[in-house]
Amino acid sequence: MLSELRTMWEVLKHTFTKAETVEYPEQMPYLAPRYRGRIVLTRDPDGEERCVACNLCAAACPVDCIALQKDTREDGTWYPEFFRINFSRCIMCGMCEEACPTYAIQLTPDFEMCEYDRQNMVYEKEHLLINGVGKYPDYNFYRVSGMQTASKDKGEALNEERPIDTRSLLP
Amino acid sequence: MAELLPVILALTILVSGVAGAAILTWFERRLLGVWQDRYGPNRLGPLGIGQVLADMIKLLFKDDWIPPFSDRVVFIFAPTAIVVAMMMGFAVVPFAPQMMIIDVNIGLLFFLGMTSLAVYSVLLGGLASNNKYALLGGLRSAAQMVSYEVFMGLSLMGVVMITGSFSLVDIVEAQADIWFCFTQILGLFVFVIAGIAESHRLPFDLPEAEHELTAGFHTEYGGMKFAMFMLGEYLGLMLISCMIVTLFFGGWHSPISLGDGLPPFFWFSFKTFVVICFFVLLRAAIPRPRYDQLMSLGWKVMLPITLVNILITGAVLLWMEGAV
Repeated sequence: MLSELRTMWEVLKHTFTKAETVEYPEQMPYLAPRYRGRIVLTRDPDGEERCVACNLCAAACPVDCIALQKDTREDGTWYPEFFRINFSRCIMCGMCEEACPTYAIQLTPDFEMCEYDRQNMVYEKEHLLINGVGKYPDYNFYRVSGMQTASKDKGEALNEERPIDTRSLLP
Repeated sequence: MAELLPVILALTILVSGVAGAAILTWFERRLLGVWQDRYGPNRLGPLGIGQVLADMIKLLFKDDWIPPFSDRVVFIFAPTAIVVAMMMGFAVVPFAPQMMIIDVNIGLLFFLGMTSLAVYSVLLGGLASNNKYALLGGLRSAAQMVSYEVFMGLSLMGVVMITGSFSLVDIVEAQADIWFCFTQILGLFVFVIAGIAESHRLPFDLPEAEHELTAGFHTEYGGMKFAMFMLGEYLGLMLISCMIVTLFFGGWHSPISLGDGLPPFFWFSFKTFVVICFFVLLRAAIPRPRYDQLMSLGWKVMLPITLVNILITGAVLLWMEGAV
């Protein structure tokens, strides 16, 4: 009995406390910079697509919402011919971002993607691609990797040694 | 003109009762929000009062479905019974001097009878639905309401003994000097708890108990029939609050030597409002007891308290008359 009365008194005291509610559409809640929301594809500092269509994100995705197809440019670099994320399946787990070797796929603090038509939740590459570098402003995969392209030979990448001519090592 | 007054008043009560119950749904949600540190419905209209209208429109346009496996006639009858019974109960409530539909000399008994009739609504609704959850809800409510009915009536006997009348006007006038909430504190305690159980509101809403019985006796109800049940429940809440004010808090009398210029009806409605807020506070604060706890509370605690109350009241009355 006493505990019930005490409960009622404690509840009554809440008459004068402020509501915790964040009135969402007018008042945005704070989203941390690393909040996992809508997925984007970023570009490198030179404005080229970072994605090299390695398929690691699609393999890591626990709900299989990513589909892409590799293609090769004339200079030998890889890019996705199409890149499709089905956001009606996506659970915003961020595993694609962890798997990505080129920082191409990144999650952003944006969750407002409601649609009346389910088909509109399927984002193609032109919807995903942004004109920015995202969280890693200086990173360019083809400049640091040893992969040979038309503009860059073996050993010309950043911090890369020249390839060793094995024949010069012969006695 | 004098003969017309009760008719006008009856129509006013009918309209304001329905409107009051509708506004009460919104008011209760807002008040619960205040006590639970949130806002409640605040989008539609000023302070969210438009929610009432939106809810009404929604309920009106819902499919008025009658389950094919149900007992059709009883199924339709059940929700009307509670509303009719509760509305009839308002007939004897003295809102202010001369402001009541009828002043019968058995007003209190009439009120008790009408609230008892409301159990039929719940019971028949549960039975006619032909659904196990509804049946369990109806079963519970029958046991709960019948057992709480016993000492709901008995708890008021102290008031009747002091007044010497069953007429509610006499009871209010007997409280001109001192309210019965001071002299009949045990009776008030029991009556409030029995009143909650009678109108089966939280914390004693075991007939509904949505965690266990989905929605209890109105599981199969939807649309306007469900709205009738809700209307009946809120009418019951208002009726019980009116009766608590009438019987224990001096009815239309103003608190002693304070604000005598205000009309009696103001004091009556103000007190009723406070009691309604108290009921909402109970809902916000107290969790629902288990079913056996409810029954043992009723029979093992409430009934003895009531009997002790009657004993003490009778003894004191005899002593004051100098009979002993």
